[in-house]
Amino acid sequence: MEIKLTVNGVTRSDEVEPRLLLIHYLRETLDLRAANIGCDTTSCGACTVLLDGESVKSCTVLAVQANGRSVTTAEGLVAADGTMSVVQQAFRENHGLQCGFCTPGMVMASTSLLAENPHPSEQEVREGLEGNFCRCTGYHNIVRSVLAAADKLSVPGSSADSAPTDATEVLA
Amino acid sequence: MIPASFDYEVADSAAHAISLLAEHGEDAKLLAGGHSLLPMMKVRLAQPAVLVDIARVPELSGIRLEGDQVIIGATTRHAEVAGSSLLQAEAPILAYAAAQVGDPQIRHRGTIGGSLAHADPSADLPMTLLALGGSVEITGPSGVRVVGVDDFFVGPFESALEPDELLTAVRVPRGGSVRWGYQKFVRRANDWAIVGVAVYDGRVALASMGGTPLRASATERALQSGASIEEAAALAANGTSPGYDFHADADYRAHLARVLTKRALEGKTG
Repeated sequence: MEIKLTVNGVTRSDEVEPRLLLIHYLRETLDLRAANIGCDTTSCGACTVLLDGESVKSCTVLAVQANGRSVTTAEGLVAADGTMSVVQQAFRENHGLQCGFCTPGMVMASTSLLAENPHPSEQEVREGLEGNFCRCTGYHNIVRSVLAAADKLSVPGSSADSAPTDATEVLA
Repeated sequence: MIPASFDYEVADSAAHAISLLAEHGEDAKLLAGGHSLLPMMKVRLAQPAVLVDIARVPELSGIRLEGDQVIIGATTRHAEVAGSSLLQAEAPILAYAAAQVGDPQIRHRGTIGGSLAHADPSADLPMTLLALGGSVEITGPSGVRVVGVDDFFVGPFESALEPDELLTAVRVPRGGSVRWGYQKFVRRANDWAIVGVAVYDGRVALASMGGTPLRASATERALQSGASIEEAAALAANGTSPGYDFHADADYRAHLARVLTKRALEGKTG
């Protein structure tokens, strides 16, 4: 069937099989390779993307379920001039990755988390990322990265002057 | 893993969904969040010929008060149940339980109706609804019927829903000041309960202690006759039939049921 959706701000229209998973649509049809396929069983979170601004595991969403909706991948967090989002920068500055496989999913889950809870405690960050596994077990720096991003987003004059209310503001 | 081929239909109303089910018969399955169904389809535990997507039916989603009940539309997602100020005030155990399901990504997709229809004996929401003593509103070709939660779960992954019926809403009693407790024992984040206990107003429900979520009847009777929490909790595993797996054997589950029931009766969460 034909689906029409917005991916990273670009309107897309494609003919897909109903059984096509969103992760395969993104990686293979659109050649967006940031989101990874890890466990393929809704556990590890490596395939996390935003669907209408909310984190979802794209191995457990059909492309047809995204019809008419908006999808954001880690590629879509980067501005046209190459500037990374506040969350992406925070992961780099705090060494919030080791091998990097889980990172796109961690970044998208963190972006969604901060949209819903702009000032999380450390415990809330840990619970908010419970759907994302880092098999290098580099969780401490990942949590530091998210807390640093929250601090940066809450500073007046930063890219988000007020508490963000949806993911599109955290994306900036 | 890629599911086997199927046809995909989008329902635009509950009536439309029911007519699509009637048209396609037992080959059709309803799709809402898909977080129980799609994993089963990927490993061929389910292989429906037709999926009827009900996630875009506005009338099936939302939370509202009606008299002494809170009505939750079937496709209301776990994140919406967990974050609902209405439920936090009127049925806080349900908002709390919804926040224990899976992880944030799963709670953005999974729905209360889907979880109940899936009828997993180890899941959060079936156990919680059993403790709340609510009911389930089911719509079929001949109209609406309301099934009390004690009659809804009939076997492992089996509910009172017929193949041509649609779970349209969940009804729970208003009870913002009712004493409740909730215990879920897991080894890892994100797991299903090895044993779970939900307590609401003298009703005690257990997860993973049999083929369906179960009432701890002996505990409830003991409480009614004035037993202490310790005495009542000691009876929590009576009449249950827990299974065994690599997490726990039946004796260990029975022990957990007693310990966790005591904590839940004390109003603890965790």
